[in-house]
Amino acid sequence: MTDRATPKDPNRRPPIAIVAMAIIAVAVLALPLVGLLQRTPWSTLGTRLGETATLEALRVSVVVSLLAAAVSMVLGMPLAWVLARLTFRGRALVRAVVLLPMVLPPVVGGIALFFALGRKGLVGRALQNWFGVDTLIGTTAGAVIAAAFVSMPFFVITAEAGLRQLDPRLESAASTLGAGRWTVLRRITLPLLAPSLAAGATLSWARALGEFGATITFAGNHPGRTRTLPLAIAQANEAGQPEAAIAMSVLLIGVSLLILIGLRHRWIAPRTSHPDTSSETSPS
Amino acid sequence: MSIQAEIHAATGDFSIHAAFDAPTGSCTAVVGPNGAGKSTLVHALAGLIPLREGRIVLAGEVVDDPAHGIQTPPDRRPIALHSQHNLLFPHLSVVDNVAFGPRCAGLAARPARQSAEEWLSRVGLADLAELRPAQLSGGQAQRVGLARAAACEPNVLLLDESLASLDAETRTDVRHLLADIETTRVLITHDPVETRVLADQLLVMEKGEIVQTGTPEEVAADPRTPWTAGLLDINLLTGTAAGTEVTLEGGLALTTATPMTGPVLVTFSPAAVTLSTVEPHTSARNTWEAEVARIQPESDRVRVLLGAPVPCQAWVTPQAVGDLGLRAGSRCWAALKATELTVREA
Repeated sequence: MTDRATPKDPNRRPPIAIVAMAIIAVAVLALPLVGLLQRTPWSTLGTRLGETATLEALRVSVVVSLLAAAVSMVLGMPLAWVLARLTFRGRALVRAVVLLPMVLPPVVGGIALFFALGRKGLVGRALQNWFGVDTLIGTTAGAVIAAAFVSMPFFVITAEAGLRQLDPRLESAASTLGAGRWTVLRRITLPLLAPSLAAGATLSWARALGEFGATITFAGNHPGRTRTLPLAIAQANEAGQPEAAIAMSVLLIGVSLLILIGLRHRWIAPRTSHPDTSSETSPS
Repeated sequence: MSIQAEIHAATGDFSIHAAFDAPTGSCTAVVGPNGAGKSTLVHALAGLIPLREGRIVLAGEVVDDPAHGIQTPPDRRPIALHSQHNLLFPHLSVVDNVAFGPRCAGLAARPARQSAEEWLSRVGLADLAELRPAQLSGGQAQRVGLARAAACEPNVLLLDESLASLDAETRTDVRHLLADIETTRVLITHDPVETRVLADQLLVMEKGEIVQTGTPEEVAADPRTPWTAGLLDINLLTGTAAGTEVTLEGGLALTTATPMTGPVLVTFSPAAVTLSTVEPHTSARNTWEAEVARIQPESDRVRVLLGAPVPCQAWVTPQAVGDLGLRAGSRCWAALKATELTVREA
């Protein structure tokens, strides 16, 4: 609103060099997509997407990404609260560890998961001895863990940012009006955080949907169990079926674009969320 | 006693040490300069700040006693707090904000809403029930915040600068509302008239301590610090106006410059009163013969307290006291210009 309201100075043209660089940047990002769409077999797209292998990969992708997002929320919410509200030694270190999967190559995450949770790994052996879990490798549960590993940081940082923006005095005010801890959480904290939580959940789900490296390294590439759409795309491409790979890619691009369009005000270009408190609209 | 408090508390490196009692149904006004610790005191009563030492008993219930490990959280104290920052819940409508307390107290949605609507109409905002807090003006938001706290119908209502950003007319309404509420009230204020009219007891705080306690009249008659004198150096009379004439409770009529009707508050500065030994013939519209109740020398002036028929204070120079031979029990004439009087709706 503020940007558009600023009158443009007609005598000042935008600097050509900057605009040119911006156009090149857009080209770098957009041309691969154009290339892909240009090669897309539009006429047979429907049939290709209807193939059993594709539908199976789609099903695994949906299940794995939704479960990973759920794990991210359930575990990430308390973590975000701890990071935002508690002061303790080593908080910076904890935050760094939590955010590490965002910058780490996913394949490194996959290898780390393999050596920790694999049959001979530290946690893997404990799981087998105590809970009788034979192995997570090659199972959908393993794929969910791999996806949650890379997607949880997205939920945590978004929820933590939301918590930091929330005025804690609103929660105190609620308590001085007779609201106990749970009432404050249910009627004040969570409703005020809802936009951040929704954005964080969508982002972590989107990240889980696109996950490849950690999944294939840790959980493997098993049709119907761990072979998600990205894995199926790589598989098809290597097996000399570029058209199948392209069809599934177009499907993922569509889903991703829908997510980004849905989130455009929350993540990409956040609008100022603090409404003007002046009396302009008051009817008195 | 609805409040028995001995408070030693600290926020950061600022600490307060204060002890006071307040009877059930009374109104205690806390006054003092900025940074005196008034909000800290009220927040300690609310349970938002823990005590280091001391003890707080609210409506017969020990809510703070650190020596015995008692520290009741705010929601289980018989209080409601209206903060100076308002802190209306931005995601709830005005009526849902006001219904919040009754809902927490266990009322069902419908009766809670009814009670909220009643309180909203008591603060004159019934039409704004469905608006969001962001759509309110500062003064409206304050009144909603006040209604929200009052709707809890607590044993002790804590008001942190409730009347700060209200315009003159609304102030009168809110002052009436606060006077009508029968619960025990503790209110922080900077307004001399509010202090005088509402408070049964005045706590003057400076630098984290209570420096003076008493009824507003007692404190005004003998302010211990310059700040208190500055706040309370105002004569306040009640009467009934008919045009530019105000008949005081004692029967004397004062002429004012502002035509009004009905019950009014008349205020004027002690500096506006001139004293003489004989009946003055001046342009001042108001003259009366008065008895000197007390003479109180201060650093560079003398405070003369006049008794019937118009109890008020006048400042004069030490020389004038000598020249006029003023002493407690002596009689003198007082004169007051009509234009020096401020008249407002009672």
